[in-house]
This record gives sequence, C-alpha cells and structure tokens, in this order.
Amino acid sequence: MQKMLLGLAAGLLLIAGWAGAQAADASGIKAIKQVSETEKCVAPKEEMRRTHMQKILHQRDETMYKGVRTTRHSLQSCVNCHVAKDDKGQAVDINNPKHFCSSCHKYTAVSIDCFQCHNSKPTDPVVTQPIVGNPDFIHPVPLKSSAEVSQ
Amino acid sequence: MSNTEQPQTCQCDGDSCDNQRRNFISKTAAIAAGTVVAPGIFLHQVAQAKNAAEAATDAVRWGILVDTTKCADGCTDCIKACDERNGLTKENRPEIAAHWIRKVTLRDKATQKENSLPLMCQHCEHPPCVDVCPTGASFKRPDGIVLVDKHICIGCRYCMMACPYKARSFVHEAITDQKAHAPRGKGTVESCTMCVDQVDQGGQPSCVTGCQHGAMLFGDLKDPESAIAKKLKEINSVQLRADLSLNPGIRYHGL
Repeated sequence: MQKMLLGLAAGLLLIAGWAGAQAADASGIKAIKQVSETEKCVAPKEEMRRTHMQKILHQRDETMYKGVRTTRHSLQSCVNCHVAKDDKGQAVDINNPKHFCSSCHKYTAVSIDCFQCHNSKPTDPVVTQPIVGNPDFIHPVPLKSSAEVSQ
Repeated sequence: MSNTEQPQTCQCDGDSCDNQRRNFISKTAAIAAGTVVAPGIFLHQVAQAKNAAEAATDAVRWGILVDTTKCADGCTDCIKACDERNGLTKENRPEIAAHWIRKVTLRDKATQKENSLPLMCQHCEHPPCVDVCPTGASFKRPDGIVLVDKHICIGCRYCMMACPYKARSFVHEAITDQKAHAPRGKGTVESCTMCVDQVDQGGQPSCVTGCQHGAMLFGDLKDPESAIAKKLKEINSVQLRADLSLNPGIRYHGL
C-alpha cells in the first residue's frame, strides 16, 4: 500500500513538473500580427480570443446559405488582416509556426481544418498591396468598401 | 432532344375553370405587372441588386440561356474562364480533375446533326442531388442556385450518382493556394456555383462573361423585364432531360 502511494505521489510530481515546463515554454510563443496599432480588431482582444470561433461559424452559415457577403466576421478578413510574413517578406501559410492562427492553435493543441479548403494566405491583390506611407500595414479590406461593410 | 412541356396540374374536374383562372391571371398580370393584385399577393417583384448584408431571396431565380447555334465547335473559352476564376487546376490529368463546366457534343442519331454545347450544373428547381444527400450538404438557395456546403459534405458521392447531367466532381487530392472566393478541399464534392459570390455582388458568372461568341445569357428568370426572360419568350428553348421534370435553370436554344 505504501509503495502504491509513493508511486502515485511520484506520478503527480512528474505531471506537475511537465505542466510547469509547458507554462515556461508558453511565454516564448507570441502570435505575430501585421496590423496597425491604431487599427482595432472587430471586437476587443479578450472577446476575440474566446468567441472568434462562434463569430466565424455564424458568418459561415450566413454566407453559405443566405449569400450574406459582409466581411466583418469572415474568415478571409481574419486572414487578410493577421498576415505573418517570413524572412523574405512573403506571407506564410498555415503550416508555418509563425502563421497567426497556427501559432496559437499549435500551442493549445486544437486542430482546425478551415485551411484544408480555405486559403491561409491573403489572395486579394488589394490587400496584398501595402498602403503608401506604411509598408508594414496591410489593409484588411479594400478601402472603397470598408465604409459599406461597417455595421 | 424534344421540347416536352412540364405536365400541368389541374385542381378541378374539368379544364374549364382552371383555364378561366389562368386566363384571368395572365390578363391581370399584363395590366398590373409589379403591383399588388390583392392584399398580400404579389404578381411580380422587381429584382434589385442586393447589398452585402442582405440575404438572397426567392424573388429572383437565376438562370442561363445557352444559344447552341452560336456556341463554336472546339471553343473552350467558357471552360478556361471557369478554371481561371475558380482556381481549378487540371494539370493534364482529366481522370481526377474537377470539371465544373464541360463541352459536350450531342449527335442526333437519325440525322447525324451535331450540336456543341457547354454543360454544367443545371441548377434544377427539384435537384436530385439535394434529395439524396445524407447530410444536407447539397442544398438549393432561395434564388435557385444549387450548392454544396463543403463544411458538412462527407464525400459520399451519392449526389454524383444522382445527377443526370454528370455535373459534379470529387476532389481527390489536397489543394493549396485556392482562390479566396472559391474554397475547395480534398474529400468533398463540388460543382458549378454559378459564380455565386459574383452574382451576390451584382455580377455575372465567369463562363457567361468569358464567352467570346455571345452564346450565353445570364439573368433573372422571374423578372419578365430581364433580357433572359424576354429572349426566352421570343425564341424556342429546351431544358435538358425535361422528361425528368427537374425544371433546370439552364435552358438551351437550337437543340
């Protein structure tokens, strides 16, 4: 019986140690975003972290079945805004750990299959063109329609 | 291919009452098109370009009229336009490539007359692909466009078997660098979407705009003032396999 308890305690210690190591690693992982500091996301950061999946799931069905084409909560808008680039300045895809979505999803071990069908890189020529004066900032939506889609 | 009319249903014993009613309605419609006949009954609602936040409604029904007399033999402009627009890469492997639109040659066995025509999803009013789909992934939008919701498609391919036009394709291989407006992925079935994202924004399908011979006409079948409805009233047209009573949204002239 004593041996069993000892084993259990050792096991618990091991688990605690492993969790601690994971937490230490986590501080090193940061999501990279290529958006302007003045440009806000569609909702506060805390809300987006918890509910982004519901927002894009809702938008998915609205677009698929009703043809609603607002870009505010569309997956493509996430991709267009949160662009991570590699050393050559090219947008990276979901397989790259720098990709905005994968940087977090890899850490939390939540596998997403969005990008089996959707492109994980921005493809619209309007969003891939940097705005004059701020080469680091890529505008999420074509400027012409940004007023139209704001709700 | 003969032009068989849709069987007309009659509600009463004799034809007379139904005919009278039909005559009355058509005369009234001629006078009062676009107006309210009785409270709550609209004879016709004019289709307007919807804005991005609006949902598609059944006030419109999108369709295409193909003039096979203008469709050139050997020309594949519509296919190229579709491939380019939707990012369909075929890589010279026709066995596994996705075909949203194909060129088909029909030959009359008796006369040997050949007709070349583009064949794509016919966007049926009563689509067999929707009937057989076990998950509800295959569906028809209110405006008549038949689509696959790839989020819930399990790739069983029942719809490919059910479609009498052989319009659907299965994606066999993992795909990268898709077009943003045309998400495509391995293990799902897909077909012509009538370039639904363009249509939602007031545009036309790419095959129609890509046709150099002016053989394709896109528009609202429900709007009697639309170019397609006027043309359909003027010239003979048929639905492919009209005997199946699927009422496709694609019609062909010159067959």
